Amino acid sequence: MTRKRAVLTVLHRLAVLAYVAFALFPLFWLLKVSVTPTSLLYTEGIRLWPSQASLEHYKFVLTHSSFPTFFLNSTIVSASTAVIVTLVASLAGYAMSRFVFRGKYWIVSLLLLTQMFPLVMLIAPMFKMLSPLGLTNSLTGLVIVYVAFNVPFATFLMQSFFDGIPKDLEDAAMIDGATRFTAFRQIILPLTLPGIAATLGFVFTAAWSELLFALMLISGNQATTFPVGLLSFVSKFSVDFGQMMAAGVLALIPACLFFLLIQRYLVQGLTAGAVKG
Amino acid sequence: MTSTSAAAPPDGDRRTAMQKMAVRLEPWLYSAPVLILIVAIMLVPLALGISYAFRDIRLLNPFSGAFVGLKHFRDLASDSAFRGALVNTLWWTFSSVILQFLFGLILALLLNQPFKGRALAQALCFLPWAVPSFLSGLDWAWMFNPVVGPIPHWLYALGIMSEPSNILSDPKTAMWGPIVANVWWGIPFFAITLLAALQAIPKDLYEAAEIDGAGPIERFRSITMPFLAPTIAISILLRTVWIANFADLIIVMTNGGPADRTQIVASYIFTQAFRRLDFGYASAIALVLLVLLLAYSMLIVALRQTMLSRH
Repeated sequence: MTRKRAVLTVLHRLAVLAYVAFALFPLFWLLKVSVTPTSLLYTEGIRLWPSQASLEHYKFVLTHSSFPTFFLNSTIVSASTAVIVTLVASLAGYAMSRFVFRGKYWIVSLLLLTQMFPLVMLIAPMFKMLSPLGLTNSLTGLVIVYVAFNVPFATFLMQSFFDGIPKDLEDAAMIDGATRFTAFRQIILPLTLPGIAATLGFVFTAAWSELLFALMLISGNQATTFPVGLLSFVSKFSVDFGQMMAAGVLALIPACLFFLLIQRYLVQGLTAGAVKG
Repeated sequence: MTSTSAAAPPDGDRRTAMQKMAVRLEPWLYSAPVLILIVAIMLVPLALGISYAFRDIRLLNPFSGAFVGLKHFRDLASDSAFRGALVNTLWWTFSSVILQFLFGLILALLLNQPFKGRALAQALCFLPWAVPSFLSGLDWAWMFNPVVGPIPHWLYALGIMSEPSNILSDPKTAMWGPIVANVWWGIPFFAITLLAALQAIPKDLYEAAEIDGAGPIERFRSITMPFLAPTIAISILLRTVWIANFADLIIVMTNGGPADRTQIVASYIFTQAFRRLDFGYASAIALVLLVLLLAYSMLIVALRQTMLSRH
């Protein structure tokens, strides 16, 4: 019996290890090629680590390419989207959590519906709508689009955080004469700070990753975001793998930072966002 | 009773009416910004897009815009690339969902056992989910590339390939590239949702079953599965719809090629809108996709109803 248990334990650890290796290997490979000097890239083929590592590709990407601009653009777009979405979604999430009212069912259904239909459907009409307003080729246009796409999911997420805070708290404040909005702002919001941070993180990551609408709406270099920049780099200079992967590693940094921040809230986020993914 | 209400000053009456109104409006005030955003930036373009499906809208042709009725749909019926994309969509969606679900379930069961370093292992296993989708597409495309990637050389060493070549450029195998990338990227989603459901199962049920002499397989079958079933059903349904719409990996890795063998309906829509700038035709395909997805969702809901009523 104990022998059988020991064998099972070993098998279990091996299986976990195998999956960790599968999950990390592609990222490890990205890192490996990004530090391999071009002269060794082809001769050393599939060695797990180059005989000599260098940061030349990073140096080139940071000083001789437009990637710093793309990085800045993506950061501006993602951060503004995250802030606006969180602000608006915490209001709506609070309403979904605290009020029982006619029409709530319809609002929830509308929010769910937006998560079900193919967003790629909106690419053409969105372009037609934004172009006369001067919002194509502009970071503002992207922020507007991303805010709308992320707001339904963020509302469900914020609702789940508000649901975890007892109602008595604002009831007590309101008996003492505070309006509901004051109670919401001064008592409930501070308690939801971890939830707000998680929502910021989820939305930032989603906006950082968006590719198709950015491709369609942006055509000038000035407002290019990181995904679009990387993709056009790939199709233009498809020879320099080291530089491409160095740029790829840079794109990974903010996403991973936010992942570490929101790791604790993943389960809550995904159950709220089961509708979104 | 009647005397008090008659004696109440009319001014107070109005105030309570206003207060009632304010109370009734309050939830709408909180939800208004979200509702306005969704209507203006999602529903309006959706309606516009549906109207484009019946019009000739090409971005480069200033004289386009006329109503063409069902012309796009007649073209679609004879468009062999579209028919191919339909088949590819089924293939892409179901193999991705099934593989993601199976590995996600195994991973969730593995992580549900307590062991030293579990928190770290869990964080590392979930990491692929945080990788931006365009980057996982590019990363896997590089992994499959014989010039910089190891996979062709491994497959060659194992005797599966006669020479180290790129599976993405072979029409017969190309679809596996985006599917593998999608599975790698999507396993954490299933693992996280299923792990949450597993941890919600009361532990004493297992203890009681063990005392009654139920083996591990019996316990899995009669306790774990029934508890997980609702989560499994809902996450598979939603994931199927989501993955059917998910074109990023394909656009990044193969752009639908070689010879349209990896073109799914969603990427075909994007190609029509983005490369050919034929917004009318793109919108017609999108409308077909929308109807198919709605039909699929309704089918699942109906199945669920019949299954519930049978129990």
